[in-house]
Amino acid sequence: MGNPMKIRAAAKDGVTEVKVLISHEMETGQRKDANGAVIPAWFITELVAKHGDKVVLQSEFGTAVSKNPYLAFKFKGGAKGDKVSVSWKDNKGDSRTDEAVVN
Amino acid sequence: MNNQRRNVLKSGTGAAVLGALAAAGIIKPGVALADWNKAAFEAKSMADTLKALGAGAPVESKDVQVTGPDIAENGAVVPVGVASSIAGTTMVAILVEKNPNALAASFTLPEGTEANVQTRVKMGQTSNVYALVKAGGKFYMATKEIKVTLGGCGG
Repeated sequence: MGNPMKIRAAAKDGVTEVKVLISHEMETGQRKDANGAVIPAWFITELVAKHGDKVVLQSEFGTAVSKNPYLAFKFKGGAKGDKVSVSWKDNKGDSRTDEAVVN
Repeated sequence: MNNQRRNVLKSGTGAAVLGALAAAGIIKPGVALADWNKAAFEAKSMADTLKALGAGAPVESKDVQVTGPDIAENGAVVPVGVASSIAGTTMVAILVEKNPNALAASFTLPEGTEANVQTRVKMGQTSNVYALVKAGGKFYMATKEIKVTLGGCGG
């Protein structure tokens, strides 16, 4: 399930800015461990952000996204008290959804 | 070792086939993007990545911006932002030319979401970073060189 994401959403002048910090290894599959064995790739492939039921961002990650990915974006609309949720899915089939309240 | 070679061979042909299909119009790029775009993310070169994204030859545009440091001390965490002021931007992607796989991330933007996304990417070495933007069915791009100092190469 992974650790909880940190999500901040702030509405200002009709635009909501969302910042997300995800806890994930984002292993590239190119590194080797001390014994020379390749560490298998383990990374987030898809991420969807929603404002209420409306999708506001859909993204696909490759292995080049940094460990513990950070993401910031803005969408029009959103008011204090609205809910913003972020879900991700990784290449091992793990997934997680967290939500935050816009302030 | 042998296994790795097979994987490279496999993904290489996969990307080529998908690219060919997209070029022939059998599968629309939009359809290919519906699920995680394996071909695009596993493509090795810029040209193959662009092909897998259905981008062909994007036009360089001043309305697209890549933001990031001029010099990144730590290649594992390089803050990169992409912004586009082209109306009707529906997709933005971040590509690092000299990474083993050029495509780092792609974002599909529904109406109402601003074409301004920031994230952090890994860079193996000093490289050009490309922002690829899709607006109104056309592709635009912008470039910025980011020097990576970790590893002692000094750029």
